[in-house]
Amino acid sequence: MELLTHRYRTLTILALVIAGQLLLLGYQVRTQGDVRLVRVWAVTAVTPVARLLETARRDVSTALDTYVFLAGAQKENRLLKRQLGELKFEVRRLRRELARADRAEALKLFIERSPSKMVAARVIGAGTGADSKVVFIDRGTRDGVKKGMAVVTPEGIAGRVAAAYPTASRVVLVTDPSFAAGVVSARTHVQGTLKGMGGRACRVDYVQNEQHVEEGEWFYTSGDDRVFPRGLPVGPVKVSREGKLLREILVEPAGLQAGMEEVLVILEGVHQPVPAPAADEPEFELLPPPDTLTTMAEPGAARPTPVLTDADRLLETYRRIGQAQGHVYGEGRPGSPPPDFNWEPGPAPRKRSPSGGGHE
Amino acid sequence: MSDYGDLLAGVRRRTKISRYRPVVLFLVPVAAILFQVYVPLFLDYLGYLELPLLVTVYFAAMRRRPVAGLLYGAGIGLAQDALSQNPLGMFGIVKTLVGYFAASASLRFDADNPGSRFVLAFFFFVFHQAMYWVLGRALIGTPVELGAARTLVLAGMNGAVAVPFFHLLDKLKES
Repeated sequence: MELLTHRYRTLTILALVIAGQLLLLGYQVRTQGDVRLVRVWAVTAVTPVARLLETARRDVSTALDTYVFLAGAQKENRLLKRQLGELKFEVRRLRRELARADRAEALKLFIERSPSKMVAARVIGAGTGADSKVVFIDRGTRDGVKKGMAVVTPEGIAGRVAAAYPTASRVVLVTDPSFAAGVVSARTHVQGTLKGMGGRACRVDYVQNEQHVEEGEWFYTSGDDRVFPRGLPVGPVKVSREGKLLREILVEPAGLQAGMEEVLVILEGVHQPVPAPAADEPEFELLPPPDTLTTMAEPGAARPTPVLTDADRLLETYRRIGQAQGHVYGEGRPGSPPPDFNWEPGPAPRKRSPSGGGHE
Repeated sequence: MSDYGDLLAGVRRRTKISRYRPVVLFLVPVAAILFQVYVPLFLDYLGYLELPLLVTVYFAAMRRRPVAGLLYGAGIGLAQDALSQNPLGMFGIVKTLVGYFAASASLRFDADNPGSRFVLAFFFFVFHQAMYWVLGRALIGTPVELGAARTLVLAGMNGAVAVPFFHLLDKLKES
């Protein structure tokens, strides 16, 4: 009996805890709302620690770079190796500075060239869960960031602000299954909806099998979702094949390819045109250029006409026949004799004089 | 009373209940969650390490009290939910069940044995992912992917990490 009582007590507590959480879940799903206070507490508690960890990581990384490599160098040759180590360190430092400056310069250039108003942010943490496609950035409502704003890198779109807290924001990456955005292909202007799949690639939904999208073609934001301004790069098509009902298109998101340390949050988006793809190969075949240009034998002609085709050669032959026989095309009276087209003129001269020999 | 009571008392005599300081019970899961938040930014493959789950399994199994285990799991799960894209309660419910079952299992198995620990971590990782998939599909309609082969491989990885990790946590036992 005591065992049964004990078991029921435990099971009752288990049922109550599960039921409480189910009610909490149901409330959030039903109201499409959020228990914001709990999240604000959690994020505000984690943000300073994450910032501290990031700062510590950079400092430790620099210190390790300095100490470990220099210590190893001193073993072989104290003086020379120390100099070499110092130079290595200097090069590494300069490279790091250069990379940082490059990233900063790229972001700065992107901000300057883009008509949209943006704010730069640093990624300070990832979401929890083994398959998490969520990151935290160090900009929040105090910096003007709001829920639903677009997050991009100079390479392409990166995600969307899912929640903004005072000191940080939660960003859903383009690869998250809950992410969606309107996109359009650069070459054929096929419209679709970009959706995350939880992996490295994203798929573009709602494209008919009849619509033509080639592998390698780029997709850009269409601006239809009112989150991303039109004209931001999304990524190249990796797979495009016919599906059962709709075309299956997989896109590699360009915004996540170069790693994510710094991102830009678009505070006020401005639509831009979708860039035209590089000039296509002509679909018709041009004739090869002539080796030499055959000029027309018109006396006093201002501009020589090149002889390129069989029709040009025939025209030139008829013109010479007319000239040799004193016939002006289009001026002969009805009943007057036509020129003898069976007469074969000699090879075409470069240029004929007005008194050039004619055939009587 | 007597038969079942004797049986329970016998089981309890055989199983050793470990005790930990409250600060350890608080800081270890916080550190595990911080690890999951921060480290995968730089070491992508470590994102598949479910340290909060392993911490839940460890403390629930070592303390051998189902009520404490389920409440501990609920707390860790809700903290994870607060830092995730999910509605609050997804990880909470799953880890509540993990805490309860881990504590219950530890009453019947030797949770100090490395082999048992690997099996516990392996089984509860699979259980965790399966329950999360079910809840995602059934309650909030999220298209969560669950690849069987991938889940088993990750469960093996987490199980392999669990053995030395649990050994490390053993050092924090109150003497």
